[in-house]
Amino acid sequence: MTWAAISAILAHWRRHPGQCATLVLGLALATALWSGVQAINAEARASYDQAAQVLGQDQLARLSRADGAPVPLDTYIALRRAGYLVSPVIEAEIRTPGARLRILGIDPLTAPPEAQAPALTGGEVAFTDLLGTPGRLFVAPETAQRPLPPDLPPLILAANLAPGTAVTDIGTAARLSGQEDPSYLLVATRQPAGLPALAPDTFRLTLTEPQSGNDLARLTDSFHLNLTAFGLLAFAVGLFIVHAAIGLAFEQRRSSFRTLRALGLPLRRLVVLLGAELTLFALVSGLIGIALGYAIAAALLPDVAGTLRGLYGAEIAGQLSFRPAWALTGLAIAGLGTALAAAQALWRVSRLPLLAPAQPRAWAMATRQSLVTQFGAAGALALIGVLLALFGSGLIVGFTILAALLLAAALALPGVLIALVSALSRFATTPLREWLLADTRQQIPGLSLALMALLLALSANIGVSTMVGSFRTTFTGWLDQRLASELYVTARSPEEAQDIRAAIQDEVQAVLPIIAVETELLGLPGRLYGIADHATYRDHWPLLDATETIWDDIAAGQAVLVNEQLARREGLGIGDMFPLSPDWALPITGIYSDYGNPEGQAIIGLALFGERFPNEPQLRFAIRVPPADAPALAERLRGDFNLPPGNVINQDEIKRFSLRVFEQTFLVTGALNILTLGVASFALLTSLLTLAGMRLPQLAPVWALGQTRASLARAELWRTALLAALTFLLAIPTGLALAWVLLAIVNVEAFGWRLPMQVFPGDWLRLGLYALLAALLAAAWPAWRLSRAAPSDLLKVFAHER
Amino acid sequence: MMRGTPVLHIQNLHKRFLTEDGPLPVLRGVSLGLEAGETLALTGESGSGKSTLLHLIGGLDYPDEGEITIDGAEIGALDDKGRAALRRDVVGLVFQQFNLIPSLTAGQNLSFQARLAGRHDPDWDQTLADRLGLTDTLGRYPEQLSGGQQQRVAIGRTLAARPRLILADEPTGNLDEDTGDAVLDLLLELAAETQTAVLMVTHSRRLAARLARQVHLSHGQLATPSEESAAE
Amino acid sequence: MNVRTLLLPLLFAANQGLSQGFAGLGTDAEGFAVPAPNPVFDFPADHGPHPEYRIEWWYLTATLTGADGADYGIQWTLFRSALEPTDAVGWQPTQLWMGHAGLTTADDHFHAERLARGGIGQAGVEAEPFQAWIDDWAMSSSAGVGEDAYSALTVAARGAEFAYDLDLQATGPLIFHGAEGFSVKSADGQASYYYSQPFYEVTGTLTLPDGPMEVTGTAWLDREWSSQPLSPDQTGWDWFSLQFQDGARLMGFGLRSETRANYTSATWIAPDGATTAYPDGALRLTPLAMAEVAGRQVPVEWRVEMPARGVDIETTPLNPQSWMGTSFPYWEGPIRFTGSHEGRGYLEMTGYD
Repeated sequence: MTWAAISAILAHWRRHPGQCATLVLGLALATALWSGVQAINAEARASYDQAAQVLGQDQLARLSRADGAPVPLDTYIALRRAGYLVSPVIEAEIRTPGARLRILGIDPLTAPPEAQAPALTGGEVAFTDLLGTPGRLFVAPETAQRPLPPDLPPLILAANLAPGTAVTDIGTAARLSGQEDPSYLLVATRQPAGLPALAPDTFRLTLTEPQSGNDLARLTDSFHLNLTAFGLLAFAVGLFIVHAAIGLAFEQRRSSFRTLRALGLPLRRLVVLLGAELTLFALVSGLIGIALGYAIAAALLPDVAGTLRGLYGAEIAGQLSFRPAWALTGLAIAGLGTALAAAQALWRVSRLPLLAPAQPRAWAMATRQSLVTQFGAAGALALIGVLLALFGSGLIVGFTILAALLLAAALALPGVLIALVSALSRFATTPLREWLLADTRQQIPGLSLALMALLLALSANIGVSTMVGSFRTTFTGWLDQRLASELYVTARSPEEAQDIRAAIQDEVQAVLPIIAVETELLGLPGRLYGIADHATYRDHWPLLDATETIWDDIAAGQAVLVNEQLARREGLGIGDMFPLSPDWALPITGIYSDYGNPEGQAIIGLALFGERFPNEPQLRFAIRVPPADAPALAERLRGDFNLPPGNVINQDEIKRFSLRVFEQTFLVTGALNILTLGVASFALLTSLLTLAGMRLPQLAPVWALGQTRASLARAELWRTALLAALTFLLAIPTGLALAWVLLAIVNVEAFGWRLPMQVFPGDWLRLGLYALLAALLAAAWPAWRLSRAAPSDLLKVFAHER
Repeated sequence: MMRGTPVLHIQNLHKRFLTEDGPLPVLRGVSLGLEAGETLALTGESGSGKSTLLHLIGGLDYPDEGEITIDGAEIGALDDKGRAALRRDVVGLVFQQFNLIPSLTAGQNLSFQARLAGRHDPDWDQTLADRLGLTDTLGRYPEQLSGGQQQRVAIGRTLAARPRLILADEPTGNLDEDTGDAVLDLLLELAAETQTAVLMVTHSRRLAARLARQVHLSHGQLATPSEESAAE
Repeated sequence: MNVRTLLLPLLFAANQGLSQGFAGLGTDAEGFAVPAPNPVFDFPADHGPHPEYRIEWWYLTATLTGADGADYGIQWTLFRSALEPTDAVGWQPTQLWMGHAGLTTADDHFHAERLARGGIGQAGVEAEPFQAWIDDWAMSSSAGVGEDAYSALTVAARGAEFAYDLDLQATGPLIFHGAEGFSVKSADGQASYYYSQPFYEVTGTLTLPDGPMEVTGTAWLDREWSSQPLSPDQTGWDWFSLQFQDGARLMGFGLRSETRANYTSATWIAPDGATTAYPDGALRLTPLAMAEVAGRQVPVEWRVEMPARGVDIETTPLNPQSWMGTSFPYWEGPIRFTGSHEGRGYLEMTGYD
């Protein structure tokens, strides 16, 4: 009996290979997009963890100078001789044109075990080689493939290092960087018995507690949350496909199930068999999905890496490594998806009455009651979203608002569509149009899941493109303001800087020093700039808020400017006192926009900066010349001073570079957008195919009353186009609301800046056409099949055997 | 329209279905004629081909051989569009079940074909609704109607379009005897009043007897009952 | 304190495979000086470091009695290992330093280790005024003007759970092992320069997890430097420093070999500091009882015989678990002995893997 039942159940798939493929493909797509995104996130997180673990900064506190200067060697020795277990690190970046390498020099003799001085304790490298000259650099295999500065010590490959970073003995690092004093000190978690508690102030140092999760992970959180949200959206959309395919397969086998039951197959065994069948599908699709997901992730990863580098300066591996745990999660997600999508169908089978006629009915026919319930839920969700927007804060809240908003829109969609179609039908003049609209209305519940998927994809598209577009417009304008100078020069030494200045002083309008120190601003890493008193800044600096006398105060060294993200993060406003170090604070006279920079920034007058940081080498400056003269001057400087091309950059190049980084930042978002839209169209196709078989009773009478099959097929296309168009119209307000949440809540939380929202109706028009095209493509096949349907198929509707 | 005007003429009609065991002849040289206002019952066993004959006449399916002329027009020459026009303008179809368009109300169903054919007459609709006892149910959807009500709407819809010929395939097959009789009575009564020819397929001799003429389809060929009795 | 000469090369794996030293040659293949017979010591300079030799140490052990009457032992060691036979300044190291500190009670054995590179001031030794230090661990001279720098020392170290701070006062002269301080380590001729100050009286304070403990006792300082590793067949050594009740002292070691008889050596030190060196075979070391220590079998009780001096004693450790779990692990702890003589001493055992 069981074997007979199995063959009867499986025979269905032999007769409907297309359906089988749809089911597998839908599930595989859903799994692929979700697990692809997860793979990217996992890869990036692994990179951050590696970066963090290199020196155990996730577990070890650090001592550093408040002003960001290195810790004097004497201070380090004094700490050691006082008994404190601290270990020095020299961190430096070696840059040559086209290549850069971050060097982390550690002292393997004093490094606490948590610092996991990687591979240094392994037996492959002789201790004398490591500590001697030229020493050794430990790098990730990927780093070794990149362009690197010349004349490096021999490289040793070590798998667990962050890309772009070389770990080496502090002696080698000191030699390569020319820096003698440690950049900071690691503090061992366990200090010897009987020592007085470490008082960093005594040594003029500040203690930074270990970073649970590191700066990079914190900074990039929003980006990964973003990806995850997209992955989840794609997964949900993919599940619509699976739901439709499983629904169809079960519907078509209803009579077989009943026959099997009548022949004595116990209900439980039938359900178990169907469950096993679905598990098999989940397994096969899951495996395909994992393979696809891996391919997607591998294809997107270089863009993601570019994005993260451009946006956050975070280095992640450009190559995807395979993680078994990830693959297992992918399979689990496929199983979960199948279970979700099949629950309804299986439940129906378990409730299948033994004797009821095998009469197909519109299984998704929604009653008025369920529509009302859905609408109520949508309203409640929308209310939650609004309340959260008004009273909540934080990135998670931002994404919760997004989820509530999208879900509310999706739930409200069938009701709104029915209302719209009903309203339209008042204007129908011919019986055929009346029928078309009435029929469309009746079809909405059956198509609602697919239409919701389409709405989600379209809204996300509009929302994200509005956000990106607003960002781009603002960013471009901001670049023009911020990069007012024509040339930017970096000298290799303070002396060279002097020479260059002297050489051009008389022929240019102004030479404006650019000088900054890495420091801590209110406890987080940031930069402090010194700024010259010049019309370039007075006229162009992108201020969001300022006092009347801002530039005079800055020039007098009596005020400070802070960037928007710092002001937002700390709740600062004009007139607040801003502490630049424990014993030094200035009133804030201006807040300026500073896009594309995740860190806090502050600006003081150049003279004051010089007083405070007399040892900071003066290497960079901006030059004002008539724009037409800039290229020639740049050429001359490169020639006269033998400067590398990268050390003399003109405004256009920086702008181009910035915009390229910007575009790259949203490349992944764009790719995911298109994928999601594709999946939504596929969901629509499968839903239409599912409904096509059930629609014959709706169509046959119309055909019998004097319509050709071709005109019915055309009607089907019109109907789908109408639904897609209406869904798109609803996606516009949903998408704009989404964009508003992204710009006003998520961006502010994630990056610390708020952008004015701008709308791009041209983009909508294009998207609307895409949506229409996608819907028509999805409807084309079922319609074509209808136009070719044999009359006998249509006639069966009226005959006994149904 | 005068009685005696030929509405339907069938000459030597052949139809085979392709099955797994080879072609199965269903109709083997059927000829038949029907005049305006005339009612004819077509009886036969299950699978005798009576529904097939009806579908061929209605332009729903294609014969392999032979001619069907309706209202002077040979429908074999008609393409898909022409046949659609034939169904819309000239014939009215009533099936055993699923006659109605589920998404339209009874009232919309009633006037649907007439409006398609461009012959909509609200007064005539109203008259038909009254006669068929549907006045109170016009706002309901088919799924909310009983089987008898649905068939009455189907008949009303056919008559509303004022066709020359009504083709009815077991129109009361899904109804109990009393309801079925009432529905058939209404059909015949209204057909007579409007001089509409009726060709009804039924397996019931009792019902067949209520129509003016009867023919019996057996093994793909027609025989009149009298001929059959003669053979006995 | 013989074979410890060879500890550092083993410790810093990099130094394995050094060219074998030959007695009589001035330098080895990599430019390091090698010990030669008939040394002439130059104090106070020789109390300080000898960077031209590969390895060197300042090794102090003390047997102590607490105010509570209980036995204690401490160890303070600073090892030097050279990467190059020079003393450079800056982060690029030529000299590496390693400190070991141990504190033994009947119930506990605490130990700590510190590593440092030379050239930055974190660790080092200066001859005049004498001080040896790594981090806050230090051994400094408190001797008066004109006295030998080692005649009075202060010694301090600190671990995660313990600390000690001791004053040492020498009651006898420096003594020299082997031939005038030239100590041969194997039949193959490896040797070191080796002298000791075995006559310290100690007072001071131990800081234990339960609180401070005043102690008194005796201590023994070893000074040794060399450039030569063990013979390839030598697997480890057992080293004893013993103090007899009459004021005499005995230093003896046995060097275990896989292929040959053990190589032994001893120095008898009379109460006035007169020494007699004994060649291979004069000292007999016999394990009596094994204990499981840190997952391995270690002979913690010994029979020590030196017929030439009528010595036939059995040693028992204060704490059989006196294990130094440092980067190069070994056993080091105070002992008591009975038999022909009674007294206290220190035992070191290496190479029990």
